[in-house]
Amino acid sequence: MRDDAFNHRNSGREPTFPSGVERGSGRLLAVVPAYNEAGAVAQVVRALRERAPDFDVIVVDDGSTDDTATRARAAGATVVKLPFNLGIGGAVQAGFVYALEHGYDYVAQVDGDGQHEPAELEKLLDAMLSGPGVDMVCGSRFITADYRYPAPISRRTGIHVFAFVLTRIVGQPISDPTSGFRLYNSRAIALFARDYPHDYPEVEAILMVHAHRLRMAEVPVRMHVRDSGRSSIGKTHSLYYMIKVSLALLAGLMRRRAVVEPGEPAPVSSAH
Amino acid sequence: MGSRIQIAAIGFALLVLVGVFELVRRRRLRERYALLWMAAALVMLVLAIWKHLLSTLSSAVGIATPSNALFVVALAFVLLLLLHFSVSVSRLADQNRVLAQRLALLEERTRTGEPAPQEQEDPEREADRMPTG
Repeated sequence: MRDDAFNHRNSGREPTFPSGVERGSGRLLAVVPAYNEAGAVAQVVRALRERAPDFDVIVVDDGSTDDTATRARAAGATVVKLPFNLGIGGAVQAGFVYALEHGYDYVAQVDGDGQHEPAELEKLLDAMLSGPGVDMVCGSRFITADYRYPAPISRRTGIHVFAFVLTRIVGQPISDPTSGFRLYNSRAIALFARDYPHDYPEVEAILMVHAHRLRMAEVPVRMHVRDSGRSSIGKTHSLYYMIKVSLALLAGLMRRRAVVEPGEPAPVSSAH
Repeated sequence: MGSRIQIAAIGFALLVLVGVFELVRRRRLRERYALLWMAAALVMLVLAIWKHLLSTLSSAVGIATPSNALFVVALAFVLLLLLHFSVSVSRLADQNRVLAQRLALLEERTRTGEPAPQEQEDPEREADRMPTG
């Protein structure tokens, strides 16, 4: 599958967004986790359908108390509504399980708050299909020299600390480990459908990808400032975030395998 | 505080730290719950090692024997953990209730072959609030 995609990629570069049929690159799914994003989610879904038309769109409503699900459905997305809030990790994982059950070959993760630009998915897809064996592509805010990311200094410091640590662990430059703008191939989908971190999953996911000998790449993207709603990481939670992710990274490093493999003991079996 | 009880306290705190970390590593304990245990163990460890802090603390609140202050601190953490668990259990019970209800409704629907309920859609309101698109 990956070789096919790779060969096809070499056969000709198209300037427009690649059509799934022409490239033969398989079925594409955009997973949009959304928690109380009624003000932004419809716009995100519409933007995806306009600027990334090859992607089917599924919104995972993470137990919202507003009408996020209704609006997403009205905008044309398939909606999976979780009965209560699982947190971003559980919501995204529901998307992976959906993709696995419905036989999707690639999953894009796009935040429900409108900070990711759907047109940039093309860059992620290009990086996935141009490099052999790239299983996860992350959009990074910090690769371009002229990046502007108006975040509080504490948040940026946290991001750069984890970037520094991860770069040393995985042995390849990681500039934006907290980015939730990502593209996964079928190997990454199968991995994360089995096991995905709970609370703040992005940083740990990179370690899991590395531990399972999958490969990742980063591409520069621009991100918008949030339109509405609240970040999953509030100011008061910054410290908890740092400590929790540090502990998770340390525990992950001490594990023989970062993800539960078939046949290994696990408290809960998530997929299948 | 005698040096034997000091060594015992240090050993116990270290045991808790290592044990909790091992549980996280084996995925038997989520980081969220491990952190409170680790904080408790770390405070105990600091107080057990740093005798001066413990005796300052105990004289400040009027406890004659410093080792008793250590027990008080440990007891406080135990109470905090218990409260934390009560909150967690309450949340889990709520989630469990919701799951049971949803499952029962779903079962009934599959038994009768009734289609999924359509959401009430109000296209005008949608158009009002989302002018772009």
